Amino acid sequence: MDEVYDVIVLGTGLTECILSGLLSVAGKKVLHMDRNDYYGADSASLNLTQLYRKFRSGQEPPADLGRDRDYAVDLIPKFIIASGELTKILVHTDVTRYLEFKQIAGSFVYRDGRISKVPSTELEAVKSPLMGIFEKRRAKKFFEFLQGWKDDDPATHQGLDLDKDTMKKVYEHFGLEPGTQDFIGHAMALYLDDDYITKPARPTYDRVVLYTSSMSRYGKSPYIYPLYGLGELPQSFARLSAIYGGTYMLDKPIDEIVTDSAGLFVGVTSGGETVKAKQVIGDPSYFGAGKEAEGGKVRVVEESKVVRAICFLKHPIPGTENSDSVQIIIPQNQVNRRNDIYIAMVSSTHNVCAKDVYIAIVSTIVETDKPELEIVAGLNLLGPIQEKFVSITSLYAPTADGRSDNIFITRSYDATSHFETVVDDVHDVYKRVTGETLVVKKREVEVQE
Amino acid sequence: MSKQYQFKLVLLGESAVGKSSLVLRFVKDQFDDYRESTIGAAFLTQTVTLDDQSTVKFEIWDTAGQERYKSLAPMYYRNANCAVVVYDITQTSSLEKARTWIRELQRQADPSIVIALCGNKTDLSARRQVSQEEARKYAEEEGLMWGETSAKTGEGVSEIFTAIAKKLPLTAPQASRAGSSARPAAGRAGVDLSQQSTPQAGGDQCNC
Repeated sequence: MDEVYDVIVLGTGLTECILSGLLSVAGKKVLHMDRNDYYGADSASLNLTQLYRKFRSGQEPPADLGRDRDYAVDLIPKFIIASGELTKILVHTDVTRYLEFKQIAGSFVYRDGRISKVPSTELEAVKSPLMGIFEKRRAKKFFEFLQGWKDDDPATHQGLDLDKDTMKKVYEHFGLEPGTQDFIGHAMALYLDDDYITKPARPTYDRVVLYTSSMSRYGKSPYIYPLYGLGELPQSFARLSAIYGGTYMLDKPIDEIVTDSAGLFVGVTSGGETVKAKQVIGDPSYFGAGKEAEGGKVRVVEESKVVRAICFLKHPIPGTENSDSVQIIIPQNQVNRRNDIYIAMVSSTHNVCAKDVYIAIVSTIVETDKPELEIVAGLNLLGPIQEKFVSITSLYAPTADGRSDNIFITRSYDATSHFETVVDDVHDVYKRVTGETLVVKKREVEVQE
Repeated sequence: MSKQYQFKLVLLGESAVGKSSLVLRFVKDQFDDYRESTIGAAFLTQTVTLDDQSTVKFEIWDTAGQERYKSLAPMYYRNANCAVVVYDITQTSSLEKARTWIRELQRQADPSIVIALCGNKTDLSARRQVSQEEARKYAEEEGLMWGETSAKTGEGVSEIFTAIAKKLPLTAPQASRAGSSARPAAGRAGVDLSQQSTPQAGGDQCNC
């Protein structure tokens, strides 16, 4: 460990692994370490042994769950939006060669006590019980407006300005009911709360367009999912990094982040040895998250908490047409909350569990001091639950941008149902670390025959 | 038409036993005395033609150095049809390491995986520390294939890969063997991310 590296990366979560891969491809000498003996950190997929070690220390997994190695249980419930930014990076870096993807079979939304399919086409929208007949006509006009919008053609604007007018004004222009607004803002634009309504309409427009273009890409839902679980994603980027010379060390507890008298990053101490590098990137858990501040330096702050319940079922979720995988969104207004409740379910079709087992994760941003009660509306939709693993996770963000001390800290995985914010963080950190904007485009593919 | 099969082959073994050199000899018939650790190749492919004219295409995964600090990802073993575990005949310790890798394969990989134990560097047989008898006996006990090679001279290299190709269960054409390859190919159940989207009329592109 006496070599000097350009960048040391701490934690093998998806954000860190994408960065590690991109930096190695860009020619940086990268050392990537993780305190765990597995890849993925907070974005890992665990087998049964690892899952029980984490949540039920000292307890063996029940035999009726089947073989340990058949399981890859995600710790964070997220899906990949087909036309989103993560897909672009997957294609750009060619790590798709290590991965296989399947569609998520359905996207549902909770309204008035029951769940309905989120319509993916106009035909489905017309049949959907989500809206009455007159509301359907209004909604149709709204979607035609979105589809027809051209920035440089005022005739398509209907007197509205996406950059100045609020989404509230747009909803009012089309006379959409609150329930329809819930559906558009939460099930399609995937906002977690209603703050977007009083802001300019442009981002909501972008998100609805992203949703519909993703939906049209493969047909059943806007989401895709990697076989063998989300933990395959960090592994594939770690391999990319390794192929471009990145050095990997798992099972390495980090004793200390070493800085000089001016507070600048010097190196990382592990097992009594210090490795030096110009810069360090790492997830918040390596920089004091959840611990008392040492030496007065607070590098990360808690922004919010998320409650997640990983539930093993022996049946598909009732009312989802026996789908092998679904997302269900419970908009906050429907259950008198400030934040939505999400359900993400996958099954043996995705090679993440034994046959006839279904893994649903119910999650939301914590609003009270009884987090588990806040997800009851979601748990109630699942039917009988075989096993339930509840966790309350703090979400951390860095207090500084790293430019002054060469310590670049990533953000915790948030409560959104997809990876778009993860990619935002990748772009942001990449720019601060390299001083260059990451340009995501298709590389020349190196075909070796 | 003769049949075509495709299999994922993973390489394992201690650093510097010649894993990459072995593949370079097999795939490109080249050897480089001062070869640095592997950089830049996700995997290499090479095709072997069998006596009945059917062809076996190997998609060969190198460790990319991730074996060095016990950091090989489970993804590496995933859907591997065969493995070549390499040791250096001039280093007794490398056979010990090979035993560890074989145990790891038996734990992590598919139970039907075909494993070949390969003693490399026969060009250095003057410095031999691992006898053929010892290695062969161990391979027999564990039900492994066994052979010796020299990536430098090419001795035994194509033989060991051909022997693996013959041993693989050629039961179904590759097109229907979902999951045995890591690359999107026709006939697989998954979705291909690289494909262009089929846009609906109107706003088809995300413009964010």
